[in-house]
Amino acid sequence: MKTPDGADTGSAARRTCAFEVTFDGRQVEALPGRTVAAVLWAAGITSWRTTRDGGRPRGVFCGIGVCFDCLVTVNGRPNQRACLVPARPGDDIRTQEGTGHED
Amino acid sequence: MRTDLAVIGAGPAGIAAALAAARRGIRVALVDAAQGPGGQYFRQPAPGLRAEGAAPRHGRRTWARLRDALAASTVDVRPEHHVWCVERESGGLTVHALLGPEQRESVELRADAVLLATGGYETVLPFPGWTLPGVVTAGGAQAMLKGHLVTPGHTVVVAGTGPLLLPVATGLAAAGVRVAALVESTDPARLPRHARALAGKLPEAAGYAARLLRHRVPVLTRHTVVRAHGEGRLTGVTVAALDARGRVRPGTERLLPCDALAVGDGMLPHTDLAQTLGCRLDGHAVAVDAEQRTDVPGVWAAGEATGIGGAALALAEGHIAGRSIADRLRGTTPDADAWLPAARARARGRTAAAALHALHSPPAHRGDGVPDDTVICRCEEVTAGAVREALTLGAGDTRTVKLLTRAGMGWCQGRMCAPGVAAVTGCPPAPARRPFARPVPLGVLAAQYDRTAPPDDRPRPEEGPS
Amino acid sequence: MSESLTCDVVVVGAGMTGAACALYAARAGLDVTVVDRGPAAGGTTGAGEGNLLVSDKAPGPELDLALLSLGLWAELAARHGADIEYDAKGGLVVAETPEALDGLRTFADAQREAGVTAEPVPADRLHDLEPRLAPGLPGGVRYPQDAQVMPALAAAHLLNASGARLLTDREVTRVLRARDGAVCGVRTPRGDVHAPAVVNAAGTWGGELASRADVFLPVMPRRGFVLVTEPLPPRIRHKVYAADYVADVAGDTAGLLTSPVVEGTAAGPVLIGASRERVGFDRSLSLPAVRALAAGATRLFPFLSDVRAVRAYAGFRPYLPDHLPAIGPDPRAPGLFHACGHEGAGIGLAPGTGLLVAQALTGKTPRLDLAPFRPDRFPRPAKEAAR
Repeated sequence: MKTPDGADTGSAARRTCAFEVTFDGRQVEALPGRTVAAVLWAAGITSWRTTRDGGRPRGVFCGIGVCFDCLVTVNGRPNQRACLVPARPGDDIRTQEGTGHED
Repeated sequence: MRTDLAVIGAGPAGIAAALAAARRGIRVALVDAAQGPGGQYFRQPAPGLRAEGAAPRHGRRTWARLRDALAASTVDVRPEHHVWCVERESGGLTVHALLGPEQRESVELRADAVLLATGGYETVLPFPGWTLPGVVTAGGAQAMLKGHLVTPGHTVVVAGTGPLLLPVATGLAAAGVRVAALVESTDPARLPRHARALAGKLPEAAGYAARLLRHRVPVLTRHTVVRAHGEGRLTGVTVAALDARGRVRPGTERLLPCDALAVGDGMLPHTDLAQTLGCRLDGHAVAVDAEQRTDVPGVWAAGEATGIGGAALALAEGHIAGRSIADRLRGTTPDADAWLPAARARARGRTAAAALHALHSPPAHRGDGVPDDTVICRCEEVTAGAVREALTLGAGDTRTVKLLTRAGMGWCQGRMCAPGVAAVTGCPPAPARRPFARPVPLGVLAAQYDRTAPPDDRPRPEEGPS
Repeated sequence: MSESLTCDVVVVGAGMTGAACALYAARAGLDVTVVDRGPAAGGTTGAGEGNLLVSDKAPGPELDLALLSLGLWAELAARHGADIEYDAKGGLVVAETPEALDGLRTFADAQREAGVTAEPVPADRLHDLEPRLAPGLPGGVRYPQDAQVMPALAAAHLLNASGARLLTDREVTRVLRARDGAVCGVRTPRGDVHAPAVVNAAGTWGGELASRADVFLPVMPRRGFVLVTEPLPPRIRHKVYAADYVADVAGDTAGLLTSPVVEGTAAGPVLIGASRERVGFDRSLSLPAVRALAAGATRLFPFLSDVRAVRAYAGFRPYLPDHLPAIGPDPRAPGLFHACGHEGAGIGLAPGTGLLVAQALTGKTPRLDLAPFRPDRFPRPAKEAAR
């Protein structure tokens, strides 16, 4: 994933306050203020949900909290909109399957 | 908590209204779902990214002026308030908002007046593959870039129709993404017809065009994306030329490899809160009078909620609304001459918006060409074939199609699929009622019941007067 | 464009009751035309939960009609079950207090006498049936005959199966009467439909349609809200509600009377329903009503507190003053038949109603005594009679 030309200032932030989260158990670097979706995009991840009926992969679509396609499980709580929820140090982010609730 | 005016939405319209009212001594609370004011248009990089320098170029001076004015004002800015309902009560209006990213707790804000500056959202007409990861709305790509300095891929195609595509394509190119093509379905030959109405917009468009040229972005007009390819994620799109009636010209298809597609076919206003309040709509937009008043007492509306028209129009409408509210709350009749410059800007903005709308209407026969196995409702995974079948079962409107297919019953409540359902069925597009503007935990509603109805007063069937 | 049609019977109303009337009339060999002022399933049918219940009905004519209908629903499901999302899930009525449990058991004893299967469930067995039910409830009664359909799909598919001609977006402006007073068809803005019989299956609009045939039938709307949650895996197996509901159905109180009916659906969302208010045709959201629904549902199923409501919708139950429907021929207008006023039970009672109407249309002896459902049982108020 590209980091656009804000990268210079972004790397200033990176040096001082980058933190770690995990996505399906693997470590991913996050910058403060970024949403879960932005953190995952920056790590090259574009899909973190599978649909209820078809099991199809989904990620960000509208990017502003309207479409609910980017639903994700964060710290055990399913159905959070990745494009709205800020990432926090140590977040356990997991791919959400179906309703996000265990059958 | 109680205030004179609650402004819902801290974009251009909401900020302008809040400032205009606060300057006239009105107590204003400005609520917004985001972490800070600005809305979609003035969206700023998250403060933690320390990337002020990477802030969007457009409107930078306007934003600096609004931001500083807001900081110097008495406006009570309340970020991370997700308003789910505005309720009319005898003593005024109550704004119900879920707090923070958790959205588990709800607060109430009582006000004598409410301004709905709820903005709009982008529409995308469906095509095969549009649910693949890597396909995002043009506005979504822009929001992620502006707010978080991230992009959806290395090679992007920007497609659809409307004035948003140019800034999105130039923004992505400036961020170092290869823009493989800008695919616009509108025929530029239609432009001269609207040149006079759009005169004010032309310098801005010319600026974008120059930047496209500098980044060597190929522009394909009268073209559309007919299919997105990929398995787990996007690997390319097929684009094709359109004939004069908006149908794909056979034999013109070609594949553009890409790992991201930013697509948009226009915008729709957010009218959920207005509809639940009982405000009259005009088509898809909240109907307002010359003072930006809705037909519900105490409720004003401004910006995209009253019709898609862009930031300049929203600023003018918001300013007028704020001044009208300040006068009306004092019991005086406003003098419209006092805001003549804003009224003129509003008139120009509406003329330009109407011209842009006419210029960028999506291809007329777009729905016909959608194959039966294409998903239309992304939430409930309802296909075009199922939607068409509902017509044979007696559906003649989008509500009945929803009842018979579930298209529009999912998480997004039809915001994403409504234009597609209308296009595929030929049913007239009609705004759906959404009593909750966003999902509300049942525990929040139950707690309000426990608080508002003490056990002894709760209506119980056995205890009710017979 | 004007057209003129002739058939054996015109059914006014393309909701669930109209669909059932069309189906059984067509099966009896009649040529049927269904006319609706809107689309199919556009009225109360499209706003209901699809309850097929015996559990909430006291012995009497409505329960007899419900038992007849549930048998017919099972027959219909053999052919259309998947299309209409028929689910014979059963009902579980719980009591929230020992006193309510006594009342519920007494009620169930009487129902059993009338042919209902009602199985007492002691407190320690409730969670075998509904694992997520709140702890501490004193007991309940299970009703295996209670079932569910998706009402809009049921109406649309049964209309389709009837083979009847469906004319939507056509408001009946007049029920046509011959010189001798006999009904001879309906008038719509797009032409007349001629028939020697007209069935009023117009739901909440049934009173207005009756007046267009110059007869009085006081059908009134009773608003109900339903809350719909985010999609969940199957977690609630039955139609579950508190015993208060039983007292509610016949409640004559104006104002809000709410008790929670909670159930899962094939599609995933949980439905929470059954608020009851007399406020005319006001569709606007009532937060007090939906708050009461949420409070009742989370009291029965505490796990729902963290589950989100994604929407709420209102519907209008068509009710008559004595809370029984009007079914059968109208002696005041020969050729006019009624099939409306089922209040909140219209989906459940539809097939029985359709069968009874078809039997009346073809001169057969109806399966049930129609006397309690006589459409002319309400005297016209003095003020109106004077006009």
